[in-house]
Amino acid sequence: MKRLASIAFATAIALFLQGCAGWQSALDPKGPAASELAWLIWFFTGLCAVVWVLVMAALAVPLMMRSRQHAEPLALDAGADSRKLRVVMVAVGLTAVILVGLTLLSFFANRTLAAIGSDAALTIRVTGHQWWWEVRYEDATPSRILTTANEIHIPAGEPVRLLLTSTDVIHSFWVPSLSGKLDLIPGRMNVLDIKADKPGVYRGQCAEFCGAQHANMGTFIIAEPRAKFDAWWNDQLQPAAAPTGDEAKAGENLFLKRPCVMCHKIGGTPAGGTVAPDLTHVASRQTLAAGTLTMSRGNLAAWIADPQGVKPGSHMPVVDLSGDELNAIVAYLEGLK
Amino acid sequence: MRPFVLPLLLASLALAACQREERDTRPQSAFGSGEQPTPVTTLEPGGQRPSPTDNKAASFEANAFHLSEGKRLFGWFNCSGCHANGGGGMGPALMDEKWIYGSSMESIHATIRDGRPNGMPSFRDKIPDDQIWELAAFVRSLSGNAPSSAAPSRNDDMMAHPSENRMPDAATLGKSP
Ligand code: HEC
Ligand code: HEC
Ligand SMILES: [Cu+2]
Repeated sequence: MKRLASIAFATAIALFLQGCAGWQSALDPKGPAASELAWLIWFFTGLCAVVWVLVMAALAVPLMMRSRQHAEPLALDAGADSRKLRVVMVAVGLTAVILVGLTLLSFFANRTLAAIGSDAALTIRVTGHQWWWEVRYEDATPSRILTTANEIHIPAGEPVRLLLTSTDVIHSFWVPSLSGKLDLIPGRMNVLDIKADKPGVYRGQCAEFCGAQHANMGTFIIAEPRAKFDAWWNDQLQPAAAPTGDEAKAGENLFLKRPCVMCHKIGGTPAGGTVAPDLTHVASRQTLAAGTLTMSRGNLAAWIADPQGVKPGSHMPVVDLSGDELNAIVAYLEGLK
Repeated sequence: MRPFVLPLLLASLALAACQREERDTRPQSAFGSGEQPTPVTTLEPGGQRPSPTDNKAASFEANAFHLSEGKRLFGWFNCSGCHANGGGGMGPALMDEKWIYGSSMESIHATIRDGRPNGMPSFRDKIPDDQIWELAAFVRSLSGNAPSSAAPSRNDDMMAHPSENRMPDAATLGKSP
């Protein structure tokens, strides 16, 4: 019976700790900033645990000790008084040393974080919108400036500088596996440097309540080897693929004639809206609507048919489309790889 | 019984604060958005086009959510490009008491949907019908025609005029009551 209980306990702990691994965890760092922070978290937690145990012991021991009987209760005991004074002084001294020590630790950790991007070669502007992320790759050559949404590709092993701002309300950019969080504030530019040690996909999440769909405002950092990253950038700079097949062609026409064109941009077509995600290569992304749905033909259709059912309150309105029209638009968008 | 009355009364007053305006993000239209009759003439009796009266005219105008959505779309669809923030530019001012085509929600809805001859483009098929109603409700709030309890109360950037819930009713402005 006792063994069973301990096995159950061990399993529960293992399952519980499992929650700390994965693609979105500050305790499973995948870059220098996150490693620094994870170390800090563990050190703070460990030291505070030790202090807590000591304090509890210091409280418990006198409770359990039997007080000595004094013949004369009112007589002064100079020895005991100075002993007590010494204990209190040592405790105060230790507290001060620990607090100053922790402050210094977090100060130096901050310096390490700040130094990560000092030689960043790549600058990405991330603009928060209710409830998606606009991602713009800066380049000295204007024709190489690239705008996309929600997914941020970066070269693995290289520091990247993110410039964070917002157009509506305050959001916060947080990819726990790579770095701490930083707010996106309208009218202000915050700088966050990140680096992923190894290729991989790391999930991020808006970490400042920003309205109805705050919970569905995810982002993905996709770290790739340099060559793959460069190839991706070049692909994304191309105008949208021309539709193949009658259905997709009809879809393009519909997209340009219906409200879609007022909000969205598709490079290479007259659609030039800037208030919603750029759809030039929408089908090359892994998710839809900031991580709300995975990318597939069915989910594209579900989203376009009823964005207010999928993400109630989102700023994409329901557009009245017949079944055929919906199919045509989906066939077109699905080809925008 | 008596000792419970006061707490109950207070509790019911406090609970009333939990009431929150419904955000109807998919208002069902009696007419599909693509099915309104196309106008065959620009001649209109009394400057008013007999636009189908939808229950939306009333329900959107007193609803804070729809008014603020209208405000956002007014910027998104660049109405400001021609009407500035309501003050007027290439297009007429929308915050005064003068209406070329009538001040009712239905007339404004028709203006946005079908356009007007002297340069107001038609947004038919380019803006879903519900969003046109939201824009129409917001346009009316620019001249103080929306309840101040529902009109937008805050601007995110510098504006030339007070927030919509403090806009004076343009029709009575400068006249003694
Ligand atoms: C009023 C502006 C507006 C109109 C009109 C509009 N959209 Fe959108 N759309 C948005 C916004 C805003 C988002 C982002 C929603 C979110 O993630 O919260 C979006 C998201 C999308 C996405 C997902 C993009 C991504 O990368 O996640 C697709 C696909 C899309 N819209 C297609 C369409 C199609 C097709 C139409 C026409 C039938 C259309 N949209 C009409 C504003 C609009
Ligand atoms: C290309 C410039 C342009 C744009 C863009 C534009 N308007 Fe207009 N608008 C005009 C002009 C010009 C008129 C006057 C038309 C006339 O007198 O026949 C007008 C008239 C109007 C009127 C009627 C005013 C009255 O006194 O009856 C309303 C309401 C209106 N516009 C709303 C809007 C809204 C809402 C938008 C955005 C969806 C918008 N407009 C976008 C140019 C524009
Ligand atoms: Cu948020």
